[in-house]
Amino acid sequence: MNHEAIKELLYKMADDQLILGHRNSEWTGFGPLLEEDIAFSSMAQDKIGHSLALYTILHELGEQDPDTIAFTRNADQFHNTVFTELPNAEYDFSLIRHFLYDTSEALRFEILSQSSFEPLAQLAIKVRGELRYHTMHANTWIKQLGSATEESISKLQKSLEYALPYALGLFEPSLYESKLINEKVFEGEKALEEKWKKKVEEVIAQTQLQLPNWKTLTPHYGGRIGKHSEHLQPLLDEMSEVLRIDPTAEW
Amino acid sequence: MIPEAVTIEKIYQWLEEVKDPEIPVLSLVDLGVITNVFIEEKVKIEMTPTFVGCPAIDYMKNDIIDTLRKHGQEAEVEVTFRKPWSSDLISEKGKIALKKYGLAPPPDRKLFTDLEILENAECPRCNQTNTELKNPFGPTLCRAIYYCNDCKEAFEQFKPV
Repeated sequence: MNHEAIKELLYKMADDQLILGHRNSEWTGFGPLLEEDIAFSSMAQDKIGHSLALYTILHELGEQDPDTIAFTRNADQFHNTVFTELPNAEYDFSLIRHFLYDTSEALRFEILSQSSFEPLAQLAIKVRGELRYHTMHANTWIKQLGSATEESISKLQKSLEYALPYALGLFEPSLYESKLINEKVFEGEKALEEKWKKKVEEVIAQTQLQLPNWKTLTPHYGGRIGKHSEHLQPLLDEMSEVLRIDPTAEW
Repeated sequence: MIPEAVTIEKIYQWLEEVKDPEIPVLSLVDLGVITNVFIEEKVKIEMTPTFVGCPAIDYMKNDIIDTLRKHGQEAEVEVTFRKPWSSDLISEKGKIALKKYGLAPPPDRKLFTDLEILENAECPRCNQTNTELKNPFGPTLCRAIYYCNDCKEAFEQFKPV
């Protein structure tokens, strides 16, 4: 089995989870209502836990230990999409991102539950059950606010249009697509993207939101190969602040 | 050397003393997170978290080691996803303990194909289902928050997963 290909897959998944987990945690104490504060905080904890499990598999494949991987790399060594590092902005953007990202994540783990790479398949079987709560949460709010008032609909519509090119960056093809597909590790980004578009269409159709024609959108690629926005490094600096002040600190 | 008297049953009996740190009425055995016990050259215990991101897993792991040590038994504990946890692994005894503690036990996973069924959990106080899901996320990863329209009180449910 091709370990370089598997590592590339694990890194991009884990980094997405870590970075979006951190962004979700920024809602702690600031949620628009208490339930949402708790929901985003819980999902942050889930995502960071998922990243730890993925970094642990990477460690078993010979990479450094999870804390070193998570806290000591620079922005250009991260493989998350630019989508996950964008600032939270207002709640409408965070909600749209949560919906678009978690839909892809749930489908990705669903596919990976069949992976020929056993450690990832085992983890995926576990994670996909947990993600049902994330997608349920996202779908409930998108359906409610996507059909509520003129203000909620127009805010979500604006965020949806802004977010979609970035969201398509989740499916940036890697150098290893055919290896992963041939070795039955993963069906590939293209297959995932098609499933994701169908699911997004299905939920948005139940609202008053409008999806633009997919053909008019240009995916924002680059994150997978370390090309990030100016927003990632400050996030990493904040996340690793304690470690940099005192590398022996326990918390 | 393992003394002859140590059996897998004995280990499970000792593990009954180790409780979920956040639900102290529930043992790890009843919670279903102990997935295997072997006696080879050493005692080896395999466990798995309820939720992947559960922050209590290291605490539980150490608690197992300390508890067995009190019984004069050294053990190795491995956290693995080989046998993933699901809420169906909570024992009947565990479900009763949860309810007494005021937490609605998770329904059988087979009962729901759609999460819609989560809308009406059974209230642990009045046993009725005139309830509403307020938030699929609660104070810990494994709990959801509900409101009982009859009792006019909020309650938590151990989530089916």
